[in-house]
Amino acid sequence: MLSIQNLHAQIEEDGKEILKGLTLEINPGEVHAIMGPNGAGKSTLGNVLAGKDGYVITEGSVFYKGQDLLALEVEERAHAGLFLAFQYPVEIPGVQMLNFLRTCTNETRAARGLPELSGMDFLKLARAKAAELKINPDMLKRSVNSGFSGGEKKRAEVLQMALLDPQFAVLDETDSGLDIDALRIVAEGVNALRDDKRSFLVITHYQRLLDYIKPDHVHVLADGKIVRSGGPELAMELEERGYVDYEKAA
Amino acid sequence: MAATADTVERVKKISVETYKYGFETEIEMDRIPKGLNEDIVRMISAKKDEPEWLLQWRLEAYRRWTQMEEPDWAKVSFPKIDYNDYYYYAAPKSMGDKPKSLDEVDPKLLDTYKRLGIPLDEQERLAGVAVDAVFDSVSVATTFKHKLEEVGVIFMPISEAVAKHPELVRKYLGTVVPTTDNYFAALNSAVFTDGSFVYVPKGVRCPMELSTYFRINAQETGQFERTLIVCDDDAYVSYLEGCTAPMRDENQLHAAVVELVAMDNSEIKYSTVQNWYPGDENGKGGIYNFVTKRAQCRGVNSKVSWTQVETGSAVTWKYPSCILQGDGSQGEFYSIAITNNLQQADTGTKMVHVGKNTRSRIISKGISAGRSDQTYRGLVKMLPNAKNARNFTQCDSLLIGDRCGAHTVPYIEVANPSAAVEHEATTSKVSDDQLFYCRQRGMNEEKALALIVNGFVKEVLQELPMEFAVEAQALVEISLEGSVG
Ligand SMILES: Nc1ncnc2c1ncn2[C@@H]1O[C@H](COP(=O)(O)OP(=O)(O)OP(=O)(O)O)[C@@H](O)[C@H]1O
Ligand SMILES: [Mg+2]
Repeated sequence: MLSIQNLHAQIEEDGKEILKGLTLEINPGEVHAIMGPNGAGKSTLGNVLAGKDGYVITEGSVFYKGQDLLALEVEERAHAGLFLAFQYPVEIPGVQMLNFLRTCTNETRAARGLPELSGMDFLKLARAKAAELKINPDMLKRSVNSGFSGGEKKRAEVLQMALLDPQFAVLDETDSGLDIDALRIVAEGVNALRDDKRSFLVITHYQRLLDYIKPDHVHVLADGKIVRSGGPELAMELEERGYVDYEKAA
Repeated sequence: MAATADTVERVKKISVETYKYGFETEIEMDRIPKGLNEDIVRMISAKKDEPEWLLQWRLEAYRRWTQMEEPDWAKVSFPKIDYNDYYYYAAPKSMGDKPKSLDEVDPKLLDTYKRLGIPLDEQERLAGVAVDAVFDSVSVATTFKHKLEEVGVIFMPISEAVAKHPELVRKYLGTVVPTTDNYFAALNSAVFTDGSFVYVPKGVRCPMELSTYFRINAQETGQFERTLIVCDDDAYVSYLEGCTAPMRDENQLHAAVVELVAMDNSEIKYSTVQNWYPGDENGKGGIYNFVTKRAQCRGVNSKVSWTQVETGSAVTWKYPSCILQGDGSQGEFYSIAITNNLQQADTGTKMVHVGKNTRSRIISKGISAGRSDQTYRGLVKMLPNAKNARNFTQCDSLLIGDRCGAHTVPYIEVANPSAAVEHEATTSKVSDDQLFYCRQRGMNEEKALALIVNGFVKEVLQELPMEFAVEAQALVEISLEGSVG
């Protein structure tokens, strides 16, 4: 599904290297968790995979379903099934959430050769998905992420993921800012999408999320590299010991 | 390169090509000689078979104009205009015989309007809209005239109204914008050629949208239209003007005057979709749009709304205003102004509260892209008698890229202690993060930009008559696609 080989990425502006030879292999249907200290490069990895401007890839490769991911435009990656739930979802004042969601959905459907959903059909779909995530339907009438609470923003990200039907989703700290009930609801939302084809990369600081979304693999990302990989037990260990062991590695 | 800068670059290239109204109609023209002097004024008046009083009115305006100075306070700059280097009258030769009906109008002219998306044939036309089509200095045709006459609504070219309804024209012309109001108004008064006249009698709700479509076609020609709309007691009318011009390297002058008079309990809704040729990406060519638009709410509880979508012109100088004279009268100004490439716009409104309990509302949305520069200039004035007058102003600017400029210049004068003025202003930027977010969700750059911009302007778009809102939205997208989607 996704094959990252020796990826080096630096900030375009100042040439600072953030990813320093990252290698990661994700198969269809797998859930991988990435943990690691602040500033290690976790969000940078998500951004680079999604194709955000402002980074220079100096070495390495990323193949997604057999194609060179790095050669695609941002929206082409999205059309190919890549989804990024943002650590900090972006506010777009004046643009109604519902309109935003419909535009995203129909643009993506068009690119995938699917028929456009009518206003009515879309509204039904969006309401149903929102209800599953216990999102207040009034939120759909508000501007995109404007004035949303931290938790509301994260739920809205999961709603978008559900509507866009991705093949590979990066969840960047989607659990941060969620209350206990919301965490369970969001995890259920993610679990509902799990099947033997869809893969997830879950970035988190808390083992707790992984109680709900059971990962197949857990990785530690420190100083721009995967420094250790293991099963779910690795998350427990990190929870206890923190990242002291890896600071040396960094 | 940052995403926005990249988008703006790309969009800039499209913008010029997407000015799809830039074609020229090849047609034999009847012109009077180049230049401006008393003889020219007399010639224009003679071309229109005008009565003596109007000729004298023009001459007086011309004499006063020669003593005035071009205003220089607006935040725009352009090379000095040589007023003697323009033609002040140009009309298709075929219009000389004054066609009585559409069948007699030169097919080339009808075709021009068809290409502009304005079929003048009543069968093809939007059912609820009557159109007056002005081509350079003359009106080519006015549709649905008879249907309107049945309910007593007068809708015709102003030159025709001068002949057919001289008492009405004489009673109102120049009473809202005096001939010497300002430099461009004086110039217009001296040389105006055509435009529309509307009179809605007492108690009549005009049964359809009225609209005038202005087209500049001839080279080196200025267009000086004059529009006068009078809404009598308890009457209502909604009126829309649209404008386009061919793409040319030279700058062309457009100096219009629009006067609105609203009597007791009447309402005038005036909408503009201005899409004059803006010049190319290097700022070459384009229309100078120097316009005086003013409404007088004379009657109690009368109401005037100005709604404008300004996307074209190289330089815009325009402040549609309301004099709120009648007690309880209301003025509204809803504006979307978009500047791209090297366009300059200094636009806004004036709300002058004279009567008691008068209210005004200003919603201005300015979008600047490319290397353009835009200024919102607004005056809210509460006179001593304006007891309990209220104003609300919301003035938002959106920047695309980092080489454009947006400025807000509000003037507030309050001479009555019970009057209240509220002013809010914001400036925001289309950020790279917003574009990235939208694109990650499957939109291409242009779609993303269009979505963001539409969100920004929708409050104003909603104010347009339904028939035009869709077109205006598309225009916003093109001029930004051609600047912002
Ligand atoms: N545009 C940028 N300009 C300069 N530095 C940047 C930029 N983007 C990221 N960085 C730096 O790169 C490093 C990695 O950032 P990143 O956001 O990937 O960390 P993270 O692992 O997601 O951290 P956290 O757990 O706090 O979310 C940080 O030191 C950050 O300051
Ligand atoms: Mg992060």
